[in-house]
Parts: sequence; C-alpha cells; structure tokens
Amino acid sequence: MRVEFDEPKCVAAGQCVMAAPDVFDQRDDDGVAIVLNDTPDAALHDQVREAAAVCPAAAIRLVEQ
Amino acid sequence: MTDILASADHAPLYPMRREPQCPFAPAATVREMTRENPVGKVRIWDGSTPWFITRHADQRALLNDPRLSIDEKRPGYPHMTRSRAASAPHHPPLITNTDPPEHTRLRRTVNAPFMVKRVEALRPRIQEVLDTLIDEMLAGPKPADLVQAIGLPVPTVVITEILGAPYEDRLLFQTASHALLSHDSTPEQARDAGQKLFGYLSNLFDAKTAEPSDDVVSEMAARVVAGDMSREEALAMASAILIAGHETSASMISLGTLALLRNPDQLDLLRERGDDPKFVANAVEELLRYLTIVHTGIRRIASDDIELHGTVIKAGDGVIFELAGANYDAEEFAEPDKLDLTRPARQHHAFGYGAHQCLGQSLARVELQVVYSTLYRRIPTLALAVPFEEVPFAMEGVAYGLKALPVTW
Repeated sequence: MRVEFDEPKCVAAGQCVMAAPDVFDQRDDDGVAIVLNDTPDAALHDQVREAAAVCPAAAIRLVEQ
Repeated sequence: MTDILASADHAPLYPMRREPQCPFAPAATVREMTRENPVGKVRIWDGSTPWFITRHADQRALLNDPRLSIDEKRPGYPHMTRSRAASAPHHPPLITNTDPPEHTRLRRTVNAPFMVKRVEALRPRIQEVLDTLIDEMLAGPKPADLVQAIGLPVPTVVITEILGAPYEDRLLFQTASHALLSHDSTPEQARDAGQKLFGYLSNLFDAKTAEPSDDVVSEMAARVVAGDMSREEALAMASAILIAGHETSASMISLGTLALLRNPDQLDLLRERGDDPKFVANAVEELLRYLTIVHTGIRRIASDDIELHGTVIKAGDGVIFELAGANYDAEEFAEPDKLDLTRPARQHHAFGYGAHQCLGQSLARVELQVVYSTLYRRIPTLALAVPFEEVPFAMEGVAYGLKALPVTW
C-alpha cells in the first residue's frame, strides 16, 4: 500500500491522526497533515484505510499494490 | 419543468418539527425524503425552495464538490434566518463564508490550537475541571440541574482557558456568553451580550498583543502583527470559537446523558468499559451520530449545474444538507434509531463533511470522551428527577439542546 496525500486540499480536521497515529501527524504551525510513513506495514493498513475514509476533504488516496 | 414546479409547490417547511415521542430522531418528513425523494425541495423562512439533500452518500459526494459554494453573498443563497440574510453582506471573509483557495488560507491561520496533539495535551486539565464540578454537584442539594452543574461549565471553562481569558474575568465571560446563547434571551438582550463579549475580546486581544502568553488570543495577536490575518478577522474568529465551543459541547453533554438514561443497557456498557479508550472514543462517535445536534442544515449555493439522480440542480440554486438525514440513513447505518455504542459510527456527518467540517471537532471529542467515561462511573445512581416527558428541550437554535436536565442520585 502506498499513501498519496494531496496537501493543498487538507483542512487539518485531524481525523487521519486519530485514525492512524503511526502514519499521520500534523504540522505545528497550521495543523496540516504530514505523512510519517507512505508505505505502512500491513498491520496498519486497516487504520490507514479508515483515515482515508474519514478525511473530510478527500485528501488521502491509497494505492493498493 | 412541471415536475419541478409541482415539487416546489409541495415543498415542506424547513426546519421541521420532530415527533415529541422521539425527540432525538430527525422529523418523519426528513426520513421519508431520504427513502423516496433524495433530491427534494423544502420551503424556508423567505418563501424560497432550496434543494434538500439527506442521503449519506449524496452528502459525501456533494460536500466536496467545487460546484457548490458557501459564499453567503451570492444572490439566492439559502440563509438560515432573516437576520443572517441581513448581516451577510457586511461579514468579513471568514472560514464560514469562503471557498478554497481563500478558505484554505484562512483556515490554516486558525487550525493550530485545535489540532489533535494540542487538544490531547488538555485532557488532564479537562479531567480535573470535570472532577471538581462533579464534587461540587455531589456536595450540593438534590435534585440538581445537570445543564448548569456540568453541561455548560465544562466547555465554558475549557474554551475560556484556551482563549487565554484571565481567571478573575471568568464570571463576566460566562454570564455574557450565556445570555448570548440562551434561548430565553430577547433579541435585545442577546445583542447587548454580543456587544459586551466583543468589547471584552477586543480588550483581551489588545492586552495579549502587548503581553503575549501561551494561548489562542496571543497566537492570533502574533498573526495579526505578522500580517497573516486582520484584527477584524481575529476578533470574529475568537467570538466564533467561543460561541461554537459553548453551545454545542454543552448540548452534547446534557443530551448524551439523557439519551443514555433512556437506554440503560448502553449506559451499563459505558460504565463497564469506561476505562477502554477505544470503546469510549467509539461511544462518543455513536452519540454524535444518534443526537446530530446541528439541526438547521448546512447550506450552499450551486455555482454550476449539477446532475444528481437524474435531476439538475441549476447554477444559482440554493442547497440544504440535513445532517441528521445522513446520520439516520439506513443504507449507511443499520437500525439508525437504535443507540448502539458498539457500532462503527466514525463516518457520521454530525460535524458536517467536506472542507468546512467543524474546526473544533478534536476538542469536542476529548471533552466528550472525558465526560462520558467519568460522569456515570462517579455517580452510578444518576437518574432523572422528573418524568422524561417533562424535560424541557431547546429546539429553537442552530443546534438543539436542553434548557435544563433535573437529575438526582
């Protein structure tokens, strides 16, 4: 799985951080999401799928390999 | 054309009254439209008939569609009330009335205090505030009003501290904001309270500009000094944060307690599993879905033609999204009338959806997680002090809530 993140769309709702804290964080000055690991381990895939599904701005795209 | 006119003629008035026997669920008309008329029309206060979208999947698609605008200055925008329609042309650009990319710029100036790690850092303080309020309620007379004892003061104290208002000003701050939000205030009282609050925030802003500390108003003052936002934008945002941070969380605490008292099996479950943060977090999502307190719809205007289920929403048409419709859409949530704290509920639209989704949602989640995991465990005998039918609901606002919640233990 590869995580693609469309930064200009991000509204910093923080839902991805709550769903998958090992894969997403937020930038200190404006809350915009940061991808910590764009090829997460299989154990994290469910969390990452949830993060993509709850992102209100549809800024997270997953390329399943 | 005939079809559209016919449907507009029969458009039900919106907002709609709920059935008194199930005050937590959306009105029967909303649910009927979700099932049978997904691109329907409603009639609002000015006689206009905006489109009415209630299905979960449709809201998800459209609330991220750039052909829908939140620009309240466009002619035909379906305003919430007459007074909002009158004031809209005078509003500065805010996160609540701009589209991307301007919205993106504005929102990025106010996100920082509400990001997950910042609100998580507040959790111990929120716990301490709640524990003190529970001690005080338990030491006082029975029955007590849970709205005044817990529901309102928790978010008031938290938002006051986040903004950086000095402790000794808290009473003034609480009184003015309460008068502003109370459903019992006259329009004059509300306007006076609004001016008092704005004056208060204005002074606070000047004091924090001169002597900054670690709080949101100081942060905004620094952004104004740096030229990232105007003083007007900062003060409008500070008022909005205060107002949005009060009524909504207070309603969720009081209504959530009432809903749990009506569903004792779910209340027992929450008591048993209150030390499991994952369970509690999901319980909060389910209560957000079940209650969906914002009940006057979120509103947009089409900037281009949009086809949906064979109907064309024309450029310039108003569109209303009824959030409770989506949260009670049986296609997304099976048996939506059932409060089930174990169901996966994260996809609810209680905070809206799209770029304008609630700014304070992470803070609300932490507040509600602390309250729901603590209150009923510390007061295991908590019970209604009046029959359910006598609990006074406040249905008039943007979000519904309770005027009082008489409880005993």
